Amino acid sequence: MPTMPYTPKEMMTIAAARTIRNNDIVFCGTGISMIAAMAAKHISAPESIIFFETGAIDSRLEEVPLAVGDPRVMYRTAVNGSLLDAFATMQNRTTGRRVVGILGAAQIDPYGNLNSTVIGDYDAPRVRFSGSGGAADVASFVSRTIIFMQHEKRKFVPKVDYLTSPGWLSGGDARRQAGLCEGGPQLVITNMAIMGFDPTDHRMFLKAIYPGVRVSDVTQNTGFEIDVSRVESTPPPSEKELRILRHICDPQKLILD
Amino acid sequence: MDKTMALADAVRRYIKDGCQLSIGGFTINRNPMAAVYEIIRQGKKNLHLYAHSNGQGVDELIGAGCIARLEIAYGGSGRFAATCIRFRKAVQERTIQVEDYSNYQMSLRFMAGAMGVPFLPTRSGLGTDIIERWGFSRSMREANPHLPDQKVCVIDNPFQGHTDTQKVVLVPAIHPDVTVIHVQKADRHGTARIKGLPFVDVEQAKSAAHVIITCEELVEADELRENPDLNQIPPFIVDAVVPVSHGAYPTACYGHYDYDPVFLKHYAALAKNETTYQDYLDNHIRASVTHEAFLNKAAGGRLDSLKADPATGYARNLDRR
Repeated sequence: MPTMPYTPKEMMTIAAARTIRNNDIVFCGTGISMIAAMAAKHISAPESIIFFETGAIDSRLEEVPLAVGDPRVMYRTAVNGSLLDAFATMQNRTTGRRVVGILGAAQIDPYGNLNSTVIGDYDAPRVRFSGSGGAADVASFVSRTIIFMQHEKRKFVPKVDYLTSPGWLSGGDARRQAGLCEGGPQLVITNMAIMGFDPTDHRMFLKAIYPGVRVSDVTQNTGFEIDVSRVESTPPPSEKELRILRHICDPQKLILD
Repeated sequence: MDKTMALADAVRRYIKDGCQLSIGGFTINRNPMAAVYEIIRQGKKNLHLYAHSNGQGVDELIGAGCIARLEIAYGGSGRFAATCIRFRKAVQERTIQVEDYSNYQMSLRFMAGAMGVPFLPTRSGLGTDIIERWGFSRSMREANPHLPDQKVCVIDNPFQGHTDTQKVVLVPAIHPDVTVIHVQKADRHGTARIKGLPFVDVEQAKSAAHVIITCEELVEADELRENPDLNQIPPFIVDAVVPVSHGAYPTACYGHYDYDPVFLKHYAALAKNETTYQDYLDNHIRASVTHEAFLNKAAGGRLDSLKADPATGYARNLDRR
């Protein structure tokens, strides 16, 4: 069956949306994570709940918010709480287990540790980014995180310049030893491929590539050695999935431009 | 007690050079912008600013040179600036000193201040550089009586693994000299009501020695007391009540008006260039004697299009491209 043309951003959004399940509580940041969460409600997880660190729980997103503090996240929620409520929901052992967090970053290492603070030395940075926001909290608390990245060598690095949000730390059992909650990064979704983490040593491996992408494209754009022996292929977005993205989730192309 | 006063008087009386300040709001929503512009107009210097993700207001205070030290979780304005532009520039050029926390850690720090305890615990940040790397050195902390001697402190759970927790991060309380928040409704005595998400405004206000409230609507006490369940701010913590229409502009105020995408995009462009930014500071902010005068220049007749739909709390179908 011929497929409709689509952009890498649309593929990334659909790849994330497909992993969201009914009854998941989806923590969204700014940007395509919101579109992925909105799409999931129309595709596979109508009973999933979208929530924001600002305290909005089960937002009725009739228009795309352009920030997690956008008034659009406040409309017809179940509860408009505060930041303290939102983070407590994630730190809470019962509700936190149901939360899937979607994050992004400037750098990622082989164990899914994220940097969204500085490039260069912290005391004299070459480039300053926004900083943690709620990312370090989400990454510390929730059972599953999904990470959006652009697949570039300078972003997939052996060691992050600053560890803002904890992944599997040094791998293996390190996360538990540091005192963090169970769980951690599950998937890294890029413009080329989907990476998973080995269940034992928690190192990143290539899980699936998108149509038209070669394994060598991924290895050449990854700044560390990555296991490619388990690679599968990802089905392209279906017409139905693309229609939902373009006509329901982001008709103004505010995010998927 | 009638606490209403003019914005310029409230800022002059409570915000002193070198003081510790916090402002309410979140990224592009309900920042107390009229107060921010008045702080800039009065040329306040050497302020120590506490923020979580109070985007636009933080960036403008930094850009105007009011801030010397900043404790912050997130310097961004959503899609308008993934990293706030003047914040980025100031950190890269090292014209401000900055200490990084997470949003929950900063929220807990305000909460600790509001509660009157020295710190609160969390499991957030274990294993990260937020714990390991300090922006404010130990000697700087020792020299400043307002700062705790440590950024954070990690301890073993003193309750022997209770709730399956081995370690916690303790984050120190914040007690700003003054907190400024913008709300939808307040009365003359300082009772106030926030509509939509309160963010951390309530804890920020309760942690401070002095509180300035700017409000869209000044209402009679009876109106607020008809539905006290909807009020968050008690009058006795408030020092000044300042009615100021569009006091959060260019950020949003739920139920009243949306953020102004045209202005925020224009601001991002001006902020990238030193000449255009200085021109913006001089001609938009400093040359405007009042917030109303600033609005006339900055909003250029767009205020009507930003008016919130009463059914949604924001401006439906606003062109945000």
